[in-house]
Amino acid sequence: MSANETIEHNRRDFLYVATAMTGVVGAGAVAWPFIDQMRPDASTLAMATIEVDVSSIESGMSVTAKWRGKPIFIRNRTDKEIEEAKAVTVADLPDTNARNANLGADAAATDVDRSAGEGKENWIVMVGSCTHLGCVPLGQAGDFGGWFCPCHGSHYDTAGRIRSGPAPENLHIPNYEFISDTVIRIG
Amino acid sequence: MSGGHSTYSPTTGLGRWFDTRLPLPRLVHDSFISYPVPRNLNYAYTFGGILALMLGVQLITGIVLAMHYTASTQMAFDSVEKIMRDVNSGWLLRYLHANGASMFFVAVYVHIFRGLYYGSYKAPREVIWVLGCIIYLLMMATAFMGYVLPWGQMSFWGATVITGFFTAIPVVGEWIQSLLLGGFAVDNPTLNRFFSLHYLLPFMIAGVVVLHIWAFHITGQTNPTGIEVKHKTDTVPFTPYATIKDGFAMILFIALFAYFVFYIPNFLGHADNYIPADPLKTPAHIVPEWYFLPFYAILRAITFNIGPIDSKLGGVLAMFGAVLVLFVVPWLDTSKVRSAVYRPWYKLFFWLFLVNAVFLGYLGSRPAEGIYIALMQASTAFYFAFFLIVLPVLGLVETPRRLPNSITEAVLAKKKKGSASAPAATETQG
Repeated sequence: MSANETIEHNRRDFLYVATAMTGVVGAGAVAWPFIDQMRPDASTLAMATIEVDVSSIESGMSVTAKWRGKPIFIRNRTDKEIEEAKAVTVADLPDTNARNANLGADAAATDVDRSAGEGKENWIVMVGSCTHLGCVPLGQAGDFGGWFCPCHGSHYDTAGRIRSGPAPENLHIPNYEFISDTVIRIG
Repeated sequence: MSGGHSTYSPTTGLGRWFDTRLPLPRLVHDSFISYPVPRNLNYAYTFGGILALMLGVQLITGIVLAMHYTASTQMAFDSVEKIMRDVNSGWLLRYLHANGASMFFVAVYVHIFRGLYYGSYKAPREVIWVLGCIIYLLMMATAFMGYVLPWGQMSFWGATVITGFFTAIPVVGEWIQSLLLGGFAVDNPTLNRFFSLHYLLPFMIAGVVVLHIWAFHITGQTNPTGIEVKHKTDTVPFTPYATIKDGFAMILFIALFAYFVFYIPNFLGHADNYIPADPLKTPAHIVPEWYFLPFYAILRAITFNIGPIDSKLGGVLAMFGAVLVLFVVPWLDTSKVRSAVYRPWYKLFFWLFLVNAVFLGYLGSRPAEGIYIALMQASTAFYFAFFLIVLPVLGLVETPRRLPNSITEAVLAKKKKGSASAPAATETQG
């Protein structure tokens, strides 16, 4: 008798658990599209690449392009700016990572790895969105002659590396390449 | 005081017919006519009613404005200007709605500080307090999203900065931000979902308000003495006493509201929000609406790393913590005495806290540089110390003044002190 009761009990328990689990999985399956619809949609993701002609940007000039709704800073740096950036010891920086999508995730924040690379060290291409809370920093401003974010006072140097203020990371460098000597493709 | 059994007795046949089927008139009668309120409620207690009024104002003006507004990055700014210039009475409706939000926060801050002063959150009213904190949180979310809708410069960059808070969360932060924005930056999908949620949240507020009111109809209201209602003589019926007092306070409040709407409708706004949103140019000086300034100061006070927490995450945690700490106030305050009237030290710290909160608001409007950073840090430290140190410790070390035996005794003693010649009125209504 007691053995039967035990068996009955277990079967009923199993049914309860199975029913509840099916319900949970079902509710989750229904809930997912309602969360999923909030993610960037296909048309947003499709704005993948832009091409910028930089032939008219002289040394010491910058342009701002728009990519994925955010500004992209493209600057033809002066020799003085490059020298200033090179004079800094990487170990002394708040963020020692290059944050360069074209390089490995562990590339160090040296000036050459922040720039367009050997031979094109005068070029720097960055997402113009402060890594603190996303304001657009002002160019050639702040204590380090690079960029200065007016929102919460982050100072970046001439290689776009964070030097002081609340921003945790160097300005991000997007995927880009020189498809000719004068045209950059971003994305 | 929930006041025992119902005194409602329908006088008409229709009234009796309804009462046996859906006793809604009985609920209204018991809640707003015969409901007993402490006889010593002062004007600080009228802000609950004022808040209900303001919620109604915001709902009605908001629903009407939505009939003329277009949630699209191409048209939002122009549609708001169209409301101002072309829509009949549109300027009035928009100014009512924009200033109404500020007035709503004025009232909620008075309401919250009243609760802190008189210890309204103490047992058995913890749930009322927590529900109130939820309403406040929903109000903040609603106000933030509403400010984005006109699609001016402050709208856009406010949205960028506030959704940027979530990127401070390790690992999943970026994903959460893109889920909120529906893209890589604030753009059309963001505006559309904010409009949808801005329309939804006030109704959720209304729902929580119902729970808030229900909860204090179970426990009864507090009063300036903090002593529970003990006798029938401690209370007066809601109508006419509270109805008239609340009504009079509402009229005064509406006069203040009208002054803003008709004479200085843009005083509390920011001129930059009359410039259309530009994703490539940040205004030189971003400030949130005045009611968020204290929290903005706390966000910017954390300029240093705390162990593994970098300054960005630290600032965001401090800011959210400043709101969330309110939820646990009933359990942080160890004093058995409710009202600051009988707590000399608590009274002092309460006023210091109030002054500090206003000062934090001032600092929030200042740039984050120089002396202001140090002041923000000191002020933030005191904000948290009030909740985490003063509230628990004072309850243990403070000697409260002698409490009167009942509300009636306190009222009569006050009257005798006020004018010895006037005989104390004997209250016989229950």
